[in-house]
Amino acid sequence: MILIMGNIIKFIVVGFNRRIDKKDMKYKVNEKGYYGDFGGAYIPEMLYPNVEELRQNYLKIIDDADFQKEFHQLMKDYVGRPSPLYLAKRLSERYGANIFLKREDLNHTGAHKINNTIGQILLAEKLGKKRIIAETGAGQHGVATATVCALRNLECVIYMGEVDIERQAPNVARMKMLGAKVVPASSGSKTLKDATNEAMRDWINNPVDTHYIIGSVVGPHPYPDMVAIFQSIISEETKKQLITQTGNDQPDYVLACVGGGSNAMGMFYHFMDDENVKLIAVEAAGKGVSSGFSAATTYLGKEGVLHGSRSILMQTPDGQVVEPHSVSAGLDYPGIGPQHAHLFKTGRGQYVSITDEESLDAGLLLTQLEGIIPAIESAHALAYLEKMEFKGGENVVICLSGRGDKDLDTYIKYFNL
Amino acid sequence: MNRIKQLFQEKKNILSIYYTAGYPNTGDTIKIAEALEKSGADMLEIGFPYSDPVADGPVIQASSKQSLDQGMTLNLLFEQLKDLRKNVTIPVLLMGYVNPVLQFGVENFCKACAEVGVDGCIVPDLPMVEYEEFYKGYFEEHNLSNVFLITPQTAVERIHKIDGLTNGFIYLLSSSATTGKNLEVGDTTETYFGRIKDMNLKNPTMIGFGISDKQTFDKACTYANGGIIGTAFVKAIENGDLEESVNAFMKKFKA
Repeated sequence: MILIMGNIIKFIVVGFNRRIDKKDMKYKVNEKGYYGDFGGAYIPEMLYPNVEELRQNYLKIIDDADFQKEFHQLMKDYVGRPSPLYLAKRLSERYGANIFLKREDLNHTGAHKINNTIGQILLAEKLGKKRIIAETGAGQHGVATATVCALRNLECVIYMGEVDIERQAPNVARMKMLGAKVVPASSGSKTLKDATNEAMRDWINNPVDTHYIIGSVVGPHPYPDMVAIFQSIISEETKKQLITQTGNDQPDYVLACVGGGSNAMGMFYHFMDDENVKLIAVEAAGKGVSSGFSAATTYLGKEGVLHGSRSILMQTPDGQVVEPHSVSAGLDYPGIGPQHAHLFKTGRGQYVSITDEESLDAGLLLTQLEGIIPAIESAHALAYLEKMEFKGGENVVICLSGRGDKDLDTYIKYFNL
Repeated sequence: MNRIKQLFQEKKNILSIYYTAGYPNTGDTIKIAEALEKSGADMLEIGFPYSDPVADGPVIQASSKQSLDQGMTLNLLFEQLKDLRKNVTIPVLLMGYVNPVLQFGVENFCKACAEVGVDGCIVPDLPMVEYEEFYKGYFEEHNLSNVFLITPQTAVERIHKIDGLTNGFIYLLSSSATTGKNLEVGDTTETYFGRIKDMNLKNPTMIGFGISDKQTFDKACTYANGGIIGTAFVKAIENGDLEESVNAFMKKFKA
């Protein structure tokens, strides 16, 4: 009982005040914008005023009571939060552990991405911005951005790699219906990295009226922190739901897939300082980590700078960014957010990888055991269950970051459906 | 004395040319430098290519990609630059993004620059704070200038900070834009250039981004110590005989 009370008290503190005390800062961003060795703002001067404006204002705006009220109202009435924490019984039986799925796939627009775009659009409005730009990989962040732009009547331009436009056609159609302009990125690997480059170029050329809604916990400080704060609602709710369902807000394991790492950071956020909760981040191995067609950043990468922050990225010895591969467009990125790099380097998080085939098989398995078709991104996290060993009775939370509707073509081709 | 400082002491209306190393062909790096000096360039900025050049427009992106695809690396560039000072006497800067420099090692990079006779660097995505805290010492030890950029949006205090930290020249961007946009000198730009001129900075200034012909260059010279041309030059040497292209391009500025 005392234990439960303790957890409840702790939850209340966590839920209402992000910056509790010094020990809470171990894995969070410091005053200089760094997480240990990672982070910072490695940007050309053209981006400095915009990023600095954000840096000076983001916490002030987010902490404002009116902002919080509007954010939480929209989360509830528009997004449909809290998303359920679902004990997947048949999946649990198969693996011999209590497997809970955090159902971000049930959010409006079908993924966790909307948590961040709602937060950032409100922030952009406070900063007086009139035009919104974003990059997208799988199209989920693009759709989530186009959605909030329609909602708030702001001009919207989405950059998307040509390859991704091809493999995520339904999301492209959605963005267009929502009134967004979708601009193909045709440089490099024509995927997420290149879409991000194009969005940054747009921002350089439109320095005054435009806000760039980065979709992941990447980019120059304060983006990784800002996106993590908006996504932290995932773990904030999970803790509350775990107390109700298990009597303990600390599970044994928390799993999430990592491309740039926004759903994982949201899922890890309020567990980071609970050192007995094991955090497992699942990267995309593509065709295998040694195949030359992979996006397993921590395995293949080295420290360096990509898209404005110091982190870990896949690169040649000469410092040229290597083109990644994953069957899932949302994980097809050669870097990870700086906070992930810090969790990886300190050993706080365990970073593993899953191949294209393993993820697709796990996607089918969940569909047949639980009646849920997951996004291929999220299926990477599910696939790692096959590689874990349980004594029995452990509580495992997996972030089911998105639904699989957008991936039907890929599933159909792979399984000859 | 550092060649850059000397140039600014001796000359007005300085014409500086940017080009991508290893473009159009891997072996062209030194040839272009020599042709440019012969045809009247005052200073050179040699770009070392990067896979994700976010501050660059399509022309410099394409030249970077071609150069990389043909095998250019920082190691190879420094190998080529061993011949730089055989015939080239004007100041030379290296310009590029921070990640290749970090992988090369900042200290090694500065040492290599000094060994081949490079006088300064422009690394737009190296933050001022990191430079000051970690890397300034290496640049000073090897007598290298580190040039910072300012835009019409850069705040006054920050301009003063940059002026205190740099020791070659300050790179004035005509507008906040990726490379290759046209310079439209309107009232706001003139006010901004004028404002910078009136600040009486300790460092000379060079206007870059959007200068493509004699007219825009002359305009730049009325507000600053000179102008920098990049995209227009890279485009001009895309095809045809290299030396002829360089001469034809430079002729336009000497009229």
